Amino acid sequence: MRYLPLTQADRREMLGVIGAKSVDDLFRDVPERARRDGFVDLPRRQGELEVERALTKMAAKNVSADSVPFFIGGGAYRHHVPSVVDHLIQRSEFLTSYTPYQPEITQGTLQYLFEFQTQVALLTGMDVANASMYDGSTACAEAVLMAHRVTKRKKAVLSGTLHPHYRAVVENLCEAGGDPVEALAPALPGKTEDIIARIADDTSCVVVQTPTYFGELIDLRAIADAAHAKGALLIAVVPEIVSLGLVTPPGEMGADIVVGEGQSIGNGLNFGGPYVGLFATRTKYVRQMPGRLCGQTVDAEGKRGFVLTLSTREQHIRREKATSNICTNSGLCALAFTIHLSLLGEDGFKRLARINHANAVKLGSALSGVAGVELLNDAFFNEFTIRLPKSATTVVDALADKGVLGGLPASRLIPGNATLDNLLIVASTEINTDQDRADFVAALKEVL
Amino acid sequence: MSGMNNQGRPTAAGEASSSSFETYTGNKGLRLEEPLIFELDNPGATGVDLDEPEGYEPKLGAFERKARIGLPGMSEPDVMRHYVRLSRKNYSIDAGLYPLGSCTMKHNPRLNEKMARLPGFADVLPLQPQKTLQGALELMDTLAHWLKELTGMPAVAMSPKAGAHGELCGMMAIRAALVARGEGDKRTRILVPESAHGTNPATAALLQYKVDAIPATADGRVDLAAFKAKLGPDVAAIMLTNPNTCGLFERDIIEIADAVHEAGAYFYCDGANFNAIVGRVRPGDLGVDAMHINLHKTFSTPHGGGGPGAGPVVLSEALAPFAPLPYVVHGADGFRLVETEGEAKADGSHPFGRMVAFHGQMGMFVRAMAYMMSHGSDGLRQVAEDAVLNANYVLASLKDHLSAPFEGPCMHEALFDDRFLKGTGVETLDFAKAMIDEGYHPMTMYFPLVVHGALLIEPTETESKHTLDQFIGTLKHLAQAAKGNDKSRFTGAPHFAPRHRLDETLAARNPVLRWQAETPKQAAE
Repeated sequence: MRYLPLTQADRREMLGVIGAKSVDDLFRDVPERARRDGFVDLPRRQGELEVERALTKMAAKNVSADSVPFFIGGGAYRHHVPSVVDHLIQRSEFLTSYTPYQPEITQGTLQYLFEFQTQVALLTGMDVANASMYDGSTACAEAVLMAHRVTKRKKAVLSGTLHPHYRAVVENLCEAGGDPVEALAPALPGKTEDIIARIADDTSCVVVQTPTYFGELIDLRAIADAAHAKGALLIAVVPEIVSLGLVTPPGEMGADIVVGEGQSIGNGLNFGGPYVGLFATRTKYVRQMPGRLCGQTVDAEGKRGFVLTLSTREQHIRREKATSNICTNSGLCALAFTIHLSLLGEDGFKRLARINHANAVKLGSALSGVAGVELLNDAFFNEFTIRLPKSATTVVDALADKGVLGGLPASRLIPGNATLDNLLIVASTEINTDQDRADFVAALKEVL
Repeated sequence: MSGMNNQGRPTAAGEASSSSFETYTGNKGLRLEEPLIFELDNPGATGVDLDEPEGYEPKLGAFERKARIGLPGMSEPDVMRHYVRLSRKNYSIDAGLYPLGSCTMKHNPRLNEKMARLPGFADVLPLQPQKTLQGALELMDTLAHWLKELTGMPAVAMSPKAGAHGELCGMMAIRAALVARGEGDKRTRILVPESAHGTNPATAALLQYKVDAIPATADGRVDLAAFKAKLGPDVAAIMLTNPNTCGLFERDIIEIADAVHEAGAYFYCDGANFNAIVGRVRPGDLGVDAMHINLHKTFSTPHGGGGPGAGPVVLSEALAPFAPLPYVVHGADGFRLVETEGEAKADGSHPFGRMVAFHGQMGMFVRAMAYMMSHGSDGLRQVAEDAVLNANYVLASLKDHLSAPFEGPCMHEALFDDRFLKGTGVETLDFAKAMIDEGYHPMTMYFPLVVHGALLIEPTETESKHTLDQFIGTLKHLAQAAKGNDKSRFTGAPHFAPRHRLDETLAARNPVLRWQAETPKQAAE
C-alpha cells in the first residue's frame, strides 16, 4: 500500500525486537470474541487513478456554482478566491502541522493567528477576537453561553430573523444546559420586530443578526441601549462578513459580542463546511471567551513571539470547569481568511463590498421589474427578499431546470409558515455578471 | 585557454567558527525574521484588481461604514512572501516525524486534497435544490456506510465539526434517549476515568452532568471493582477512551459495557484512538452505544495547524432514532437530505436537534473518503497493525533507556514517565524541548495525567523502520545526556529553533491579543 512504508522484512525484524511471534500477539489484550479475523466487508485497496475516477464521477453529479448563473446565499456566499490563497494554505508547513502547542517551532501558525485576531477585531469594531470557532452557528451558540457566564443569567432572547439553523443550534446547546430560550417569530423586511419589549430582568442576552436571514440591515443601537439598561448583553451575528466593508460594524453600534461566518473571505462553499467561525468581544470579557487565543510575548532572548494564551479557560487544563469543550479552531480556514484579506487590504476589501452591494441593487431592481415580483427590503447589502406571485419552492425548482440557481425559498428553513411560502431570498456577489442577471430575469419570467 | 582568469571560485569549506554575532536584519541565514502584516502596510497597495462599480443607487439606509477599518495594503508578491516566510517557522508532518501521542499525526495524501477541490464538491452551496446535489449526498451516504461497517454500528451522525463536537453530539443522543424513557432527570452522573481527555469532562459538564472520576489500576486500565461500585440508578453513561489514553486496550471492556447496560446506562466511547484498531476490532462488537471518529486522525484529513477537523458519531440501535438533523436517506428518487423536524417525524425519527448550520464538514468527508477508498478494507487493517507494530517497536527499543510505567504490549502509542530523569535536574518539559534541537517535534507531554511527567509517543503507521531507528537513537542519546549531567543542554532548549522558550506567564498576565497601531512593540520592551 503506497502510504505504508513498512516492508514484510521490516515487520519480521521489528517483531523480533519486540519479542512477539506475530502482529496478532500485539492485539492479545482485545477480548477474544471481539477479534476479527477477516477483512471488513468493504472494497479492497485502489490506486490513485481508480479513486480519482470514482470520485470525479460522483462530483460530476452535482451542479457546481461555477457552471450556472448563481444567486443563492442563506449564510454561505460564493466569492472569488485569489489563487494565491489556495497555494499558500497547501504549503506543507501550514497544512500538515498540529495545533501550535510548541510555540518555538510553530511561530508561523501563531503569527497568522495573531494577525487573524487583529483583522477580525478591526472588521467587527471590537477590542479582541479569538483564533476562530468551527463556524458561525456554533460561534453564535457559544456566545450565548458566554453571555450566561458574564451576566450570571440563563435566558437568551433570539431575533426572529436569526438564520434558522443558527437558532436551532443555539436552542440545542441551551437546552442541553437546561437554559430557556425565547425566540421571536420571523418579521419580514419592512416590518418592525419589537425585540426590545422582550428584554427583561432575567435576560442574559439578545441575539440579533445583521444582515438578517432576509438580508435586511438592522440598527443595533437602540437594542444595545435597551439590553444594557437591563444588564443584558447584545450579541450581533454577521453571516456575511464582506458586508463589513461597507456597513457600520456592530462594535460601533454597541454590541458586546460579535460572531460571524468568515467563509466568504478565502474559503469556498464546500457544501457547508469547513467554514470559519468569527468571535469578537470587549476586553473586559476576554476571560469568559471560548476557544483558542493567541497572544504576544517574548522569548528567553527578549525577541517578540506568540503563544496560545489564557488557556486556563480551556478543557485541557480546566476539564469540567472549562468555558467550553472546544478543542479545535478552524486553523487552515482562518489562514485562508487572513491571506485573502491581506490581499484585499483596506481599499480592496471596501471595493469588493461595494461591488457586492452594487450587483445586489442592480439585481433587485431587475427582478422587481418582473410582473408580480416585489422587493421587500428597505436596506440591504448583497442579499434581499422578493415576494413572488407563487410558491418560491416551485419557482426555484423550475429555475434549476432552466439552469439558473436562483435563490433560497424562505420556507426551506422555516417550514410550516404560510406567510413565507412565496418569499425568495436572493444573493448576488462579485461573481455575477450582467449576463447572469439577464439570464435570471429571463428565466424567472418564463417560470412565473 | 588563454587570457581568462583562472583563479576560480574557492571551493574549500572556509573558516567555519561557532561564534555568534547579531546580523543587521536579525535574520540568521535561512532562519528569517518577519514583521506583522500591519507593519508591512503600504497604503494604496492591493493584491486584487477590482473595478469600481458604477450605475447604482446604494440601498444601505443609514448603515454606511465611514471610518477607516485599518487593514494594511499589500501587493500579491508581498503577501506571497510574507506567508511563505511565516510557513518556514513551522514544523510539519511532511518535514519530519511528529510523534504527538493522542493526535495521530500521519501522512496526509495529496490525492485527498485534489479530490476535495473538485468543483462538484468544493463549489456547491449547501442550500441548493437537492436535485442539484445528488453527488454530494451520495458521498455523504457512502462515507457513512464505510464508517458504519468499520465500527459495526447501525447509524452515524455526520454533522459534528470536530472530535469534541462529536462527543457533545453523542452525549446529547444519550440524554435524549434517557429523556424519552422518562429518566432524564434521574440519571445525572457520568463516569469518566481519571486518564480521560479533558474534553470528556468538559462535554459532560456542558450537559449539566456531574462528573465522577474512575480510578485506574496499577496496569493503567479502568479499576473494574471501583467502576462497578460507582454504578447506580443515577448514572447516565460512562465515557471511556479505548484504546485508552495510556495507549492500552481496556481488557475488561466487554464486561464494562455489560455492567453499564445492566445498570440502565449507556456507553460512550471516545474514538480518538480508533487508528489502533480500525479493521481489526469493531466498537459495535464491544458494546459501545456512541463513538465519535476524528476524521483528522484515523482517516488522515490534515490537521491544518489546529483545524478544521470533523467528528462523525456512530450510534447503536438504541440511540439511532435520536440522531440530530440533518441526515441523508436513500429513496426511489435518489438521495434526500432530511433537514427539518417535520420530515424526520414522518420518517419515524426523533432527532434531538441540530449541532450546526448546514450538513457537516463536506471538505473533510471527501478527503476521508479518498483515504478510505485508497486503503480499502485490507489497507485499513494494515494501518492498525503497522501503527501498533511501530509503537511497540518504540516501546521495546526504549523501555530500558527511558522508563515505561506499564507492561506492553501497547496499542498505537508508547507511554513513558519521568522516573528515568530522577536526580538529573531535567524535567519532562526540558527533555521534550531538547527534541526540537534534534530536529523533531516533541512528543505529547504531561498527558495522560495519571502518569507522572508523561511522555506519550504515537509514531503512526506512516513512518518507516529507518525513521523510527533514527528517532529511537536520538531518544537514547538524549536520555544518556540527561543522565550524564548535561543539564543546560536541556533547560535551555530549544537552542536552534526560530524562537527560544517563550514567556507564557507574561502572555497570560498581560494579554496582548491584537496588534495596536499606537504600541506596536509594547510587550517586547
